[in-house]
Amino acid sequence: MNNVVPLQSTPLRCSGPAVEFRSSPASRVWAIATVVIRELCRRKDFYVLFILTALISVTLASVNIFGDDKVVRYLKEICLLLIWVSSLVIAIVTTARQIPSERENRTLFPLLAKPVSRGQLLMGKFVGCWMAVGLCLLCFYLFFGLLSGIKEQSWPVLAYLQAMLLHWAMLAMVVSMTLLGSIVFAAPSSNGTILLVVTGGILFVGSHLNKLAIGLPEPGQTLVYGLYYVLPHLELFDVRELLVHGWGLVPAAPVVGALAYAASYSALFLALASWRFRRMPVNT
Amino acid sequence: MRVATCVDVVEPILKIDDLWVEYPSRESKGRIQQAVKALSLTVNRGEVFGFLGPNGAGKTSTMNVLLGFCPPTRGNAYLFGTSVRETFARQRIGYLPELTYYYKFLTAEEILRFYAQIFGIPRAVAEQRIDLVLKLVELDHARRRPIKTYSKGMQQRVGLAQALINDPDLLILDEPTSGLDPLGRMKVRQIIQRLRNEGKTVFFSSHELGEVETVCDRVGILIQGEMRVEGKVSDLLQQHYGNLEQLFMEIVGCNAAA
Ligand SMILES: Nc1ncnc2c1ncn2[C@@H]1O[C@H](COP(=O)(O)OP(=O)(O)O)[C@@H](O)[C@H]1O
Ligand SMILES: [Mg+2]
Repeated sequence: MNNVVPLQSTPLRCSGPAVEFRSSPASRVWAIATVVIRELCRRKDFYVLFILTALISVTLASVNIFGDDKVVRYLKEICLLLIWVSSLVIAIVTTARQIPSERENRTLFPLLAKPVSRGQLLMGKFVGCWMAVGLCLLCFYLFFGLLSGIKEQSWPVLAYLQAMLLHWAMLAMVVSMTLLGSIVFAAPSSNGTILLVVTGGILFVGSHLNKLAIGLPEPGQTLVYGLYYVLPHLELFDVRELLVHGWGLVPAAPVVGALAYAASYSALFLALASWRFRRMPVNT
Repeated sequence: MRVATCVDVVEPILKIDDLWVEYPSRESKGRIQQAVKALSLTVNRGEVFGFLGPNGAGKTSTMNVLLGFCPPTRGNAYLFGTSVRETFARQRIGYLPELTYYYKFLTAEEILRFYAQIFGIPRAVAEQRIDLVLKLVELDHARRRPIKTYSKGMQQRVGLAQALINDPDLLILDEPTSGLDPLGRMKVRQIIQRLRNEGKTVFFSSHELGEVETVCDRVGILIQGEMRVEGKVSDLLQQHYGNLEQLFMEIVGCNAAA
């Protein structure tokens, strides 16, 4: 057993006897979240959508294609629509690929071989995706505020902040729902599409489902009613009208209620996802 | 080398107790395939254990149970006396998977910092360890480059570096030398040697017997999920006239013929 090349002399251990370190669950979650944020910063997704939104808005702002008094209002409407669509796309696309790409690239294995639970991993992904889209929102709303401020000469900063907060809370539900979807649906690519359709559906017809149900024959009626009560009402968080017309702030009580609503739904989706993920063998 | 205390001697670092792993069969639906059958083994502190077997023998399946990736069908396994079902059992181990690609958008340095954070290693100590392991696997020159620019061999070395980041007492390496060129293999073997000289316990799998003679204290040969031979390398060498390759071929060959 002597045919081994002489070893270097530096010891592998650098801190004397084994020191037992232990991280807190929160720091593990945060570590995982930072990787997600880094990833989004290094990918093109956000920049492309931001530049697109900015280009379209600035172009519209410079050409007066609408009647004079309505110019700014339409401009704001379109800009906000672009922001909503972009933020949903970023949130869903970013979240939907997290767990599938961990599995495909097999980065899940070295990670789960460390003292981190699957629940903490999911939580880290949630926090990371949510924080990352929060940063994107900040950029979007800053741009929106600047654009409409320059056009209108008014700066309702509080209204913008409130709209952004509600928007961000809504995205918490979308992110956690997508995370749940990425664990439940076997095919990763379909998850993003399904979630985009579901989210879009809720935003467009979510508030009308109950009226829709009344006109339906029986099995359909119960089903649609069920959906009306089960699905999160994302559309409640949409206060674009207020910004467009400059109608001021939503009173504090409904805002707090909405935030609590978003928090409960997100917690529910995360709990379901974590329950499912913990029981799943990952070595397939 | 560190001196083992009395308590350490009593307790095996790794213990597998009548382990069975079954999968739903890939070929025929509804049937099950037994990947590991009634496997029992222990690895003591400071030992380098070579877990041998041809492809498909069940080596990776065994390690998957050790790391909590899938639950055992029957039996149990313990790391440092803690059931592998508990997250904390993994605080003091380092693991190199068979095939992995690391987060491509991060640099080697960032990946190691991330894993150090998961272990709760304080920042200053972590930086020291990152320097150390990157030097060890000879990636110091590329530490600030994203992984997507790395060659396959370099990625394998990132894997080794991350397995060492927490200064583990037990290393579980799944075919650490497969897919490497001869020089790469020799370097990995040297690293295993070094770890052993420092009193670490290493449990590694391989499908080539030749390479383990030089680094292992003990080997076990797994064929179709069953442990066929287990013993000290020196004893086996004596019994089989110094030719382990022959022994391995015989066992594998017999099995193929049967
Ligand atoms: N996720 C899985 N589903 C079904 N069969 C599997 C799975 N993983 C491994 N197997 C089967 O179990 C057996 C042992 O595989 P494995 O543990 O990977 O062997 P080794 O690592 O020794 O090459 C093989 O026959 C393999 O086909
Ligand atoms: Mg294998």
